[in-house]
Amino acid sequence: MLSFIIRRLLIIIPMALLVVTLTWGLVRIAPGNFYSAEKKLPPAVEANIRKKYGLDKPWYTQYGMMMSNIVRGDFGDSLKYQGQSVNEIIRRHLPYSAVIGLLGYLLALAIGLTAGTVAALKQNSGFDYGSMSLAMLGLSVPNFVLGPILVLIFSFWLYLLPPGRWGGFSGIVLPVITLSAIYAAYIARLTRAGMLEVMRSDYIRTARAKGLDEKTVLLRHAIRGGLIPVLSFTGPALAALLAGTVVVEKVFAIPGLGNIFIQAVLNRDEPLILGVVAFLSILIMIFNLIVDIAYGFLDPRIRYE
Amino acid sequence: MTNDGTILSVDGLKTYFHTEDGVVKAVDGISFELKKGETLGIVGESGSGKSVSNLSIMRLIQEPPGEIVDGKIIFDGIDVRALSIDDVRKIRGRRIAMIFQDPMTSLNPFLKISKQLTEVTVLHLGHTKQQAREHAIKMLKLVGISDAEQRIDSYPHEFSGGMRQRVMIAMALSCDPELLIADEPTTALDVTIQAQILELIKDLKARMGTSVILITHDLGVVAGMTDKIIVMYAGKVFEQAPTRELFATPANPYTKGLLKSVPDPAHEQGKELYQIPGLPPDVAHLPPGCPFAPRCSRVEDICHSEFPPFVEINEDHHSLCHFANDVYAESKSEVAK
Ligand SMILES: Nc1ncnc2c1ncn2[C@@H]1O[C@H](COP(=O)(O)OP(=O)(O)OP(=O)(O)O)[C@@H](O)[C@H]1O
Ligand code: SF4
Ligand SMILES: [Mg+2]
Repeated sequence: MLSFIIRRLLIIIPMALLVVTLTWGLVRIAPGNFYSAEKKLPPAVEANIRKKYGLDKPWYTQYGMMMSNIVRGDFGDSLKYQGQSVNEIIRRHLPYSAVIGLLGYLLALAIGLTAGTVAALKQNSGFDYGSMSLAMLGLSVPNFVLGPILVLIFSFWLYLLPPGRWGGFSGIVLPVITLSAIYAAYIARLTRAGMLEVMRSDYIRTARAKGLDEKTVLLRHAIRGGLIPVLSFTGPALAALLAGTVVVEKVFAIPGLGNIFIQAVLNRDEPLILGVVAFLSILIMIFNLIVDIAYGFLDPRIRYE
Repeated sequence: MTNDGTILSVDGLKTYFHTEDGVVKAVDGISFELKKGETLGIVGESGSGKSVSNLSIMRLIQEPPGEIVDGKIIFDGIDVRALSIDDVRKIRGRRIAMIFQDPMTSLNPFLKISKQLTEVTVLHLGHTKQQAREHAIKMLKLVGISDAEQRIDSYPHEFSGGMRQRVMIAMALSCDPELLIADEPTTALDVTIQAQILELIKDLKARMGTSVILITHDLGVVAGMTDKIIVMYAGKVFEQAPTRELFATPANPYTKGLLKSVPDPAHEQGKELYQIPGLPPDVAHLPPGCPFAPRCSRVEDICHSEFPPFVEINEDHHSLCHFANDVYAESKSEVAK
């Protein structure tokens, strides 16, 4: 088990470097650059800046320099926000995304698991149809639609909650709900399907034949098997949520990582783009690893060496 | 004792499933009696309603789509159909226990054997964890699992199929039930393991005095194990007789077909095994008349139009056939030869 974890951790670094390289390639291949967006600079000034950032050197030299810095964990300074290191920018904006993401994740889990389980146990009941229709809706309404609708209802009609901007609990409510909706819907459907499958299985019949009551059958015998399909979804979902969701942060004007990333892309702020991409890819790989470890705990048939 | 040593009596049991394809009459009016300490064999091809009958006795039929439509189930004087589900749970696992066909899937793959064994006695016998564990180890030893002390903490996937079925048996017998229902306990196992498991059930039954219902589609399995046999087809009892009599002088063409398809090492070595032609019917759409008619070698016109009577050959021997007495007479004359 330990050696499995160590091996997986070791793979993360080269994988992240590969992702960074590919991203770098894409940014370079795409027409235009940081300077083309700006008001046209005098040629002498641009040449000066290019020299400062090493942009006058051949591409392989640039790549080599960049990589040797990145390997040491240094993504350099942002082109746009002069004098601020990429690492510092990520560190400053990550907490906003993390708070919203984590709360959204917990909310999605709470709603999705409960609704999915109850729907499965009361298959074909009013609750089942109701919650699954709602889940369908949650899956089909994109969050750039849901967000504004919630703002319209709760901020402009009911005057209950602020329409956005960071600050205090009330400002978080709408973005968290918007963010969690699609995940709650997906988790509910996965949970329902998983539980239905398990409740039909032979070993549940055995458990009933022993005289156990339905609560024990569910909590002791069914829940683990039913949750396995959910688990594989929740790891990557958490990574995506923590990293910030571009649309939600934009709609609610939250200064999170997603917003920063969009800005970086629009600005062609190469160091910042690469920094965020590297950070995200590492995050996703770590959460995938956590999911795999959790599998091992949940399912005794899985053994890692 | 409020009854004459009868542990279970089933009378006119009907269990139907309401499906999109119509009403599946999985069990359609079966009756039988089981005395204390007796072993009853239930034989029939796949889909004949053997499992559904016995799940009905345990009230384990999922409703909907299933429904026990009619009939009496009296267990030790108790009307099982009239019980609340809580009272049924007090019987399940405690007084009636069940072993299922596939030991690979009937044990929970996520829980240790110890948990699955101990939870039964904690529930029904009020054991403490420690008592339950000691009892579970004792049961594992009883079913022939060596170093039970260590192996009790394994997961099911760490056992072979035969060992898992032994665990199932240990689990089923751990509260010393009065009735054990074994639903094709050996079908999923290798031939050599099959014999061992059957021997084990036989041995434990003798030691503990348990009544047993042994379900199988293989008449060869029940031959040496049971006191009496009922033969099921399309949810109905086709023949019912003491084991010896059923083998010697069957009074039903379907039973004869089943008997012919039992491998007989003494006579038919190298010969291709007989099989009843055709397939079991779709019990949602049964034609009028005898459900076996399309496959029966003795069929006559009346079989297609009229449902056969349940003919009494003697007090213990009944057969569902228009020509039950003739078939019985034939069997008798064959024996005489
Ligand atoms: N949940 C269900 N829904 C609909 N039909 C069912 C259901 N369970 C069983 N049946 C039907 O009831 C009939 C009897 O099934 P049963 O499982 O009792 O057969 P069996 O004699 O035990 O066969 P096998 O040897 O395959 O175990 C079959 O036609 C089956 O399709
Ligand atoms: S009633 Fe007719 S078809 Fe049915 S078993 Fe008897 S002979 Fe065969
Ligand atoms: Mg069956």
